[in-house]
Amino acid sequence: MTETILQIKNLTKSFSGIKALDDVQLTIKKGEVHALMGENGAGKSTFMKILIGLLNPDSGEIIYDGNIIKDNSVSEISKRGISMIHQEILIIPELTVAQNIFLGREREISGNKNGWLNDKNIAVKATEFLRELGVDIDANIKMKYLSVAQMQMVEIAKAVSNNARVIIMDEPTSAISDKEVSTLFRIIKDLKSKGVAIIYISHKMDEIFEISDTITVLRDGKYIATKNASELDKNSLIAMMVGREINNMFPEPVAEKGKIILSVKSLNKKGKFAGISFEVHAGEILGISGLMGAGRTEIAEAIYGLSPADGGVIFINGQEIKIKSPRDAVSYGIGYVSEDRKRLGFIPQLSVSKNLTLASLSKHCRGIFIDNQKENKAVDQMISDLKIKTSGRNQKVTHLSGGNQQKVVIGKVLATLPKVLILDEPTRGVDVGAKFEIYKLINNLAVQGIAIIMISSELPEILGISDRILVLSKGVQTAILSRSEATQELIMKYSIQ
Amino acid sequence: MENKFTSRFRGIGQYGIFLAFVIICLTLALSTPKFFTVSNLMNIGTQVSINALLAFGVTFVIITGGIDLSLGSMVAVTGVLAASFAHPDTYPIIVPVFIGLVGGLAIGAFNGLVITKSKVPPFIVTLGTMTIGRGLALILSNGRPISNLSDSFNFIGGGNLFGIPFPIIILILAFFICSAILNKTILGRYMYAVGGNEPAARASGIRVNHVKMWVYTICGLLSAVGGILLTSRITTGQPNAGAGFELDAIAAAIIGGTSTSGGTGTMTGTLIGALLIGVISNSLDLLNVTSYYQQVVMGAIIIGAVVLDSMGKDKN
Repeated sequence: MTETILQIKNLTKSFSGIKALDDVQLTIKKGEVHALMGENGAGKSTFMKILIGLLNPDSGEIIYDGNIIKDNSVSEISKRGISMIHQEILIIPELTVAQNIFLGREREISGNKNGWLNDKNIAVKATEFLRELGVDIDANIKMKYLSVAQMQMVEIAKAVSNNARVIIMDEPTSAISDKEVSTLFRIIKDLKSKGVAIIYISHKMDEIFEISDTITVLRDGKYIATKNASELDKNSLIAMMVGREINNMFPEPVAEKGKIILSVKSLNKKGKFAGISFEVHAGEILGISGLMGAGRTEIAEAIYGLSPADGGVIFINGQEIKIKSPRDAVSYGIGYVSEDRKRLGFIPQLSVSKNLTLASLSKHCRGIFIDNQKENKAVDQMISDLKIKTSGRNQKVTHLSGGNQQKVVIGKVLATLPKVLILDEPTRGVDVGAKFEIYKLINNLAVQGIAIIMISSELPEILGISDRILVLSKGVQTAILSRSEATQELIMKYSIQ
Repeated sequence: MENKFTSRFRGIGQYGIFLAFVIICLTLALSTPKFFTVSNLMNIGTQVSINALLAFGVTFVIITGGIDLSLGSMVAVTGVLAASFAHPDTYPIIVPVFIGLVGGLAIGAFNGLVITKSKVPPFIVTLGTMTIGRGLALILSNGRPISNLSDSFNFIGGGNLFGIPFPIIILILAFFICSAILNKTILGRYMYAVGGNEPAARASGIRVNHVKMWVYTICGLLSAVGGILLTSRITTGQPNAGAGFELDAIAAAIIGGTSTSGGTGTMTGTLIGALLIGVISNSLDLLNVTSYYQQVVMGAIIIGAVVLDSMGKDKN
């Protein structure tokens, strides 16, 4: 069990003169789960991209199974048995599960060399691998009908069928339910016992301590340390990651509660949610909690007009309003930061500046023309207010780390001066340091009198930040708990009611 | 990281096109004395003008992630429309021009309306409009060329102002107006946003359908300007005019660095793309290369430009 399978030494990689990785090392043993930890921008993604051959290192050695890897093309590396389960799962939706598993290897599986497919054989083999993993997925259905968690299992099956000996998992639990997480962990333990090493990347602390044997921490592209998971606890790990101690993650809510800003009465949408009634006061943070599929995001999207409700009424400052599109919502002073940052948050081709002003452009205009001076001034103010780490306002938003991208999205919404701000998983995929800053920001906004609705899957987060917590179960509102009465157990109880 | 490289190479791509353009011009100037003469340059400018106008229009459309295949047909319809009102001693010059422009505006708006209301892909909608437009041009003209146009109308495509051919003046004006729309107005910013990430644009409160209506309408309007110019230059309203123009216009935009997946592109790039096409076909003329070969060369250039553009997708 202690035999080394993969060793990386003195790895360095620069992008246009800036070191993304500086003399990094990593040693992976057979059959271990090795967590790779670090804030966003610490260099984890670059590191893994080099490992699977998507990027070339400037210098350094990768020793795999005793040999130095010289040919680091993607296909060569996957042939050798290093596979990655990407955060955004890479599948062909119109092909079947089996066809996806053996994509690119049809010849060897079909058993003939002349290019004719043998789909039957492919299906049989795929079924075998899926059974071996203990997952119940029909190999003959099209990939597009699977849930995210199932797709992930298929990706793992693909890696296993490829004789993977090292599997890299990048935030595998970011989009799957708790129950699915336990299936995933069972599979990971199974793979471990077969001698497969797992490199596990996640921001979720509890998970890291539950599943990993060894933890390596990177910070600002530098190797910090490798420790046994048992030697560490949450606080010491966070300290290693951010280089300082964060004692109290959640600032105490201090905002004064004012009058009711938003109120919602018996909101419903067929098949999604029903009978949703609540109100949010100025300066109040209302948390919304519930399991995956409980209807949290759907409610937010209904209030924001992305996918309007079928029935029910929405009041702003006591006045009934009709919201049919996001544009209506914005005009009534409602802002929404989506959980799906990539899809609904920003325009990848545009700069930080252009993304920040996108929703409030008319404020920086003379007639139909954009007033660049005014725009730049506003943007620079936002960048400093939100502490967005960027090389300048003209940097492309996609070149920022996840946490900073999130700040850009929040900034874009704040620029519309919302009276009600709906934050849907605002800290998903965001590192500890940036999380802390986002919590502080949310509290500041509450102090300014904004009514805030915060949706989150992370119970400690929702408990730490909310004044009241609305709990959902299968589209139905099961409780509204005050800050003093709410506990993890109580929320779970109402979530599964 | 992929994006980083792509964007860097896209920069180089556009720069590369500009460089290629300069090098080709210099080579031509040195190899044939006929190239770098005022009359030949004016000639190129005039020839390029119609394609460039259409290319500006389609650049807007492509930036929003759409496509317009009806440009050529719109040229024919608007040309025939304008010609019908441009006979000598009938209406003042403003009438045929106005009617032609309104015709282009209407067809463009029709494209926009169907695309935004029906959610049918722009490729298919404008493919339909392309055929409808061609039919309309034939109906309006009874299938016959409309000739005998007034001198003032023929000035638009054939006249000179301060020694500069009028089409070149229109081209320069259109370039500055289109650049301003794209870079300086809210509408222009929204075009990039819609093409870059439509759901996010909508979630930012942008009226995506309005933006699309605008780009197809502007595209129709620019096609009409092209149609009027062409009709005036050949002094005839030809129902069969403009066939295939849409492809040259799209080619100019793509050579100039506009990405067909939307969200990127510049008017300067498109202008250089159109000029490059013009200069190459002019030089092949000067070098007595037959038009058959010209098409092969042009095709190779389109592919070459896009290859240059996508080189950034390789890993470092």
